[in-house]
Amino acid sequence: METLVREELVRKVYVWELPVRLYHWINALCIVALCITGYLIGRPPALQSATEASFSYWFGTVRFIHFIFAFLFFFNFVFRVYWGFVGNKFSRWNNFIPLKKWQWRELMCVLKVDILQVSDRPILSVGHNALASLTYFFTFLAFVLQSLTGFGLYAAMSTSWFPDLFSWIVPLLGGDFMTRQIHHILMWFFIIFGMIHVYLVFYHDYIERNGLTSSMIGGWKFIEEDVEDVNPDDRTKRCMDK
Amino acid sequence: MIDKKSTVYEEVLAAGYSRRDFLRFCGTMAAMLGLSASGASQIAKALETKSRIPVLWMHFQECTCCSESFIRSSHPIVADILLDKISLDYTETLMAAAGHQAEKSLHDTMEKYHGQYLMMVEGSIPTGDEAYCCIGGRSAYDIVNEVADGAKAIVAWGNCASAGCVQAADPNPTGARPVHKVIKGKPIINVQGCPPIAEVMAGVIVHLLTFDRIPQLDGLGRPMAFYSRRVHDTCYRRPNYDAGLFVESFDDENAKRGYCLYKMGCRGPNTYNSCGVIKWNNGVSYPIQSGHPCIGCSEANFWDNGPFYKHLQSFPGFGIESTADTVGVGLGIATGAGIVAHAISTNIRKRKHTNKGEVETDIDKS
Repeated sequence: METLVREELVRKVYVWELPVRLYHWINALCIVALCITGYLIGRPPALQSATEASFSYWFGTVRFIHFIFAFLFFFNFVFRVYWGFVGNKFSRWNNFIPLKKWQWRELMCVLKVDILQVSDRPILSVGHNALASLTYFFTFLAFVLQSLTGFGLYAAMSTSWFPDLFSWIVPLLGGDFMTRQIHHILMWFFIIFGMIHVYLVFYHDYIERNGLTSSMIGGWKFIEEDVEDVNPDDRTKRCMDK
Repeated sequence: MIDKKSTVYEEVLAAGYSRRDFLRFCGTMAAMLGLSASGASQIAKALETKSRIPVLWMHFQECTCCSESFIRSSHPIVADILLDKISLDYTETLMAAAGHQAEKSLHDTMEKYHGQYLMMVEGSIPTGDEAYCCIGGRSAYDIVNEVADGAKAIVAWGNCASAGCVQAADPNPTGARPVHKVIKGKPIINVQGCPPIAEVMAGVIVHLLTFDRIPQLDGLGRPMAFYSRRVHDTCYRRPNYDAGLFVESFDDENAKRGYCLYKMGCRGPNTYNSCGVIKWNNGVSYPIQSGHPCIGCSEANFWDNGPFYKHLQSFPGFGIESTADTVGVGLGIATGAGIVAHAISTNIRKRKHTNKGEVETDIDKS
């Protein structure tokens, strides 16, 4: 009987290198800050005040924070892309794009076992599983689109050369209206992604007890002794067998 | 017809203006165009030495508000000279000629000044069924292609000619298209707005006359001199925006105090135009100054990006009142429900396994 629990023999695998972990937490901080400030910019609360406008600047500050975190977010992401080419095998770019057959098989596996819960076969991946990887690939696309639309909108109020690199996106989308709309809709993608992401981290740790939650702090995961040695083709075939 | 020898300046004098009037006009235009101090003399010199450019001003699917705006510009020379005298060889609404005479004038200019005349277009061109707009028995589509062929440059007046305006709004029954989507391979200047500001229109013409080349354009073909800044960035209410002081409804105390109209749907932050600087009707006011949010009339598809009085656009396919936020909150709740369902199912499954005693002792301590 395949179980949801691990075998007796467990070993530590150093999965997330320090730069990956730093990237993750900076990214998390940026996304939280950008969503909160972004929502406020899109829908400012009704604060009644009889003071002169010159005495207050809270909305300007909210926007300023949004822009600062946008720059941090963007360059942090650029760094992650770079790390996808120089990092260890768990952070490599080819994790995120399912070009191999076994990745698609694993993806179906994860859907059956973890999401739909119609199968009990364990999934024995060490880094990201295939479904998670593909989801991250979509978030990377969202990062790109959000950066393009965000800096595209920002370019108009900046004299700096950097945001100007993004100004072409506005005419491409037909103007600020559409650019803004896409930027706003994508904020909800990040919020919903965040909800599911945090839940699934807890879920995997709860079921698989591989130390997933703390792995993003310390970098180590606890893996069955033989997992890494199994050929991914066999591993995923085993999972799909009834 | 056109006397090639007479310069613009000579025409101005002939119309009864003094040199002082002329120089004042040049100074005004230089300021409008954002030229440096020497700009006024550059303009004066160009107008003194250059002969008039023949202009063919075409009207298609439009309301003539661009022409109306233009003839109300603050400086009399603008309308008088640029429009009336400068050699407007053909314009349906203002020319004295009619019928065959008008058509002849049009074709004479097109032949005589092939490759030299300026084509100015007011209105969009129907392409769904060309019959929706016919002049002299010919479709707008045919006319615009024929006239554009010999034009040196094309000026698209207003939102209709630049982006299609209201007739191109969803569902666009006539298949209305702006000039740049019908004509390819010609320099086209989109002078946006519904209508454009008169001084902006005059400024574009003066630029073409003075420098003999099209002005610097932005990504959407609009002259940078007038459309490089957002209405928001030049708005006198901007400090209220930065202070987070917003009008919440048109009849509240905040409206009286002149707070920012952002939450009333103001499109200033998305709209590139000179309304906050040049203003309207001889610099009297502009919509925001009069207490009304900007509707973004110098942006493409501004009719479809409604509702006008809501800051967030409606989300297509989810009803008129739904915004990205409505849809987002709905999806968020659905996600939350999914998570709860999944968590319950997970616990049932986990319990089944632990009850079966399959969990090995060393890890069961957790």
